[in-house]
Amino acid sequence: MWAQEVAFWIIAVAMAAAAIGVVRSNNVVHAALYLVVVLAGTAAQYILLAAEFVAWVQVLIYIGAIVVLFLFGIMLTRAPMREERGKLDNNQRLAGGVVSLFLFGVLVVFLVDAFGSDEVKFDKGLVELGSTASVGDSIFRTYVIPFEVVSMLLLAALVGAVVLARRD
Amino acid sequence: MPLNYFLILAAFLFCTGAYGVLARRNSVLVLMSIELMLNAVNLNLVAFSAQARDVSGQVFALFVITIAAAEVGVGLAIVLLIYRNLKSPDLDRVEQLKG
Repeated sequence: MWAQEVAFWIIAVAMAAAAIGVVRSNNVVHAALYLVVVLAGTAAQYILLAAEFVAWVQVLIYIGAIVVLFLFGIMLTRAPMREERGKLDNNQRLAGGVVSLFLFGVLVVFLVDAFGSDEVKFDKGLVELGSTASVGDSIFRTYVIPFEVVSMLLLAALVGAVVLARRD
Repeated sequence: MPLNYFLILAAFLFCTGAYGVLARRNSVLVLMSIELMLNAVNLNLVAFSAQARDVSGQVFALFVITIAAAEVGVGLAIVLLIYRNLKSPDLDRVEQLKG
């Protein structure tokens, strides 16, 4: 129990710092690399919650595919590598900060109120719950129709991205 | 371990992403902030799944990851079009619909 809490706090602090880096960095490539830290930290939290299959999907899809896609996007839009302060931001920084702080305050109050006494218990059942066998069972028994719909959605997104980005 | 640890971390990530969406001008950075928000939701889903001992939360997290991948693909194609037409990836240059 104690080891999990220490691990949680180390990962959580790294994730929070990197998340601020994503929205405050003056270099687009640095922001993408901070995003890698946040995504890897999330994968580590999944491992902590014994959701191993979701954790590896997170590493493969998010870090492996989406971040590479972002780096391609940065390259294709010729984002400048060195920017003077605030060039990547618009003039709504103060308003954005107020809105997000307010949202965070409201969320924390409601979360403490609603789930303040709930505990995650670490035991054998949790490991079984997150195993590939149980996730696969659930996908192909309970959620087989949403699964097929998502595959169609991916195909449509693929075709749509090609149609949009094609040069003719 | 309290469930709230995970929920509050996810709330923090979500609010950071919301700030990024509001305050960033570069369109690629706005997409990155949206990813941050989707990621926070996934963390919530998996934490609730572990607390309620129901695997559905993890399956939904997988669906959200898939949809995030599709969203980034189409989103970056749109960003590319904006860049090609306006010669700039900045979102405040997209103002043709302004009256």
